[in-house]
Amino acid sequence: MRALQWILGLGLAIVLLGVPLTGERFYVYLAIQILVLSLFATGFNLLFGYTGLLSFGHAAFYASGAYATGLLLMHARLSLLPSVLGGALFAAALGLVVGFFCVRRTRIYFSMLTLAFGMMVYALAFDWRSVTGGDDGLIGIPRSPLWLPGLGALQMTALSAYYYFVLVMTAAGVWLVRRVVYSPFGLVLQGIRENENRASFAGIPVRRYRLAAFVTSCLISGLAGAMVAPLENTVAPTAAHWTKSAEPVLATLLGGIHSFAGPLVGALLFYLLQELIEQVTEYWLLWFGVVLLALVLGFRGGVVGYFQHHVLPALRRRLS
Amino acid sequence: MFEQLLFQGLVGLSLAMYLWLVSAGLTLIFGVLGVLNFAHGSLYMLGAYFGYSAVRVLGVSFWVGLAVAPLLVALVGGFIERFFIRRVYHIDVAYQLLLTFAFILIFADLVKWYWGPIYQSAPVPAGLSGALPILGRPFPVYNLFVMALGPLAALGLWLLLEKTWWGRTVRAAAGDREMAGAIGVNVPQLFTGVFMFGSWLGAVGGALGIPIRTVSPGMAEDYIIQAFAVAVIGGLGNLKGAFIGSVLIGLVNAYGHLYAPVFELAFMYILMAAILILRPQGIFGTSQ
Repeated sequence: MRALQWILGLGLAIVLLGVPLTGERFYVYLAIQILVLSLFATGFNLLFGYTGLLSFGHAAFYASGAYATGLLLMHARLSLLPSVLGGALFAAALGLVVGFFCVRRTRIYFSMLTLAFGMMVYALAFDWRSVTGGDDGLIGIPRSPLWLPGLGALQMTALSAYYYFVLVMTAAGVWLVRRVVYSPFGLVLQGIRENENRASFAGIPVRRYRLAAFVTSCLISGLAGAMVAPLENTVAPTAAHWTKSAEPVLATLLGGIHSFAGPLVGALLFYLLQELIEQVTEYWLLWFGVVLLALVLGFRGGVVGYFQHHVLPALRRRLS
Repeated sequence: MFEQLLFQGLVGLSLAMYLWLVSAGLTLIFGVLGVLNFAHGSLYMLGAYFGYSAVRVLGVSFWVGLAVAPLLVALVGGFIERFFIRRVYHIDVAYQLLLTFAFILIFADLVKWYWGPIYQSAPVPAGLSGALPILGRPFPVYNLFVMALGPLAALGLWLLLEKTWWGRTVRAAAGDREMAGAIGVNVPQLFTGVFMFGSWLGAVGGALGIPIRTVSPGMAEDYIIQAFAVAVIGGLGNLKGAFIGSVLIGLVNAYGHLYAPVFELAFMYILMAAILILRPQGIFGTSQ
């Protein structure tokens, strides 16, 4: 099993590093989008799968990361890395304020509260024209060079160069969430998810833990959004709309909420499904809705959950 | 100045009555079935599109469309409850939300496929067109009609739930579905009925809106969130609260538009968040 894991990991690394070598702009662009959504969904699932809180407003943090990064690149003229990290930190700071209120509620009330805050950010992005550019959004965000000590300024104008930047940042973000999930802190979060009362009887300040999870989740979502601003050279309010918040939910559900790899696999499937369906029909949301129905009614563990509980045991039986 | 204030209040009240019709169905369904139904926005949209087709394609009068379209939507709602939502009553609320969300995606594309992605509208029915001068400004007659209809719908709903046998069984099942089942209420059938009735109400709101508001595939996404805001402000599952919540949101939108355009859209969500933080049971709710 251990060997299998290594082989899979190595294969994945080769594929990820090799994408720009195909020379197809389209594949590179698609791969960047998959990476961004997988990071977004991983951040989201820290809250949903591990802490048991379903947020319907995560696009607010994704978008605030994107807007902050865009403004830093356009007006502060910072180089790429500080802008992107600044965007992520801004999202985390917003998450601290919003989360302070949201963690006071659970279940459907939590979902509604995150929805309200999320749409508030959307409304502000839409109406606060002097800062956000209104419904046009920020236009002309430069993809500034990446300045690294010792290496100087690396140009990011080529999409393949930017792909490697996104790959490294995504890997770092996913690694961070993995560290959090498997730390004692992560175990406490899962304890809270399973039984809030028992956790609090054990002396755990439940709200504070939930807030910490919320802020971490916002940081990661903000990082995902921050990388989109220089990619597209523009950010529009739709990035904060609640339908955008549904994307990490769908990706996570597709992959599986109770496994760490779920959101990553889900993001890949999300875009693969979209591309596949769009080959046949432009109405891909319709079929996506049908897939979602099937997932909720029949496969609540998602693809990774199904693999772990059905495919892997069968493989083991055959091998032994 | 004062006249402008009053006039804008009137505009807000007419907005409120559309909101009330959408959120009444949503609130009723949540109160009885315990499911927060994203698909309600889609059912509202279907009501509008069916009404639109009745008028524009079949060429029947607006009133025939208003009578027939919601009945068709009630059938769609019954189908959704019977074959999908019934299967998830026992599982986590998150999955219920996601299941109903799937219908938003499905109906948005179905509508785009059949009616096209562009905005549609229908003429104001004869006798209700034009505007009356109120406080020195023209106010659409049709909006006055809707403003009269809203409170009538509220009265009808109250009579139905408080004074009829069906209403009594609905309230019993809302209070304790197991006990209601034990004393002989056919709860699954009742739930389907309530869901169909709620869908019908939403579709009436949709069909009523076509002469004044645009009909488009994106409308479900917009209205469901406003309906959620209303339902939350009034207290999830509380019909009286939903009525007051609609009036509040209608007024907030109307005055926000006039006096604070930068925060116009945000006001509604600020109100929604404030209620959830300070009084999650809603303005009229008793306890969580």
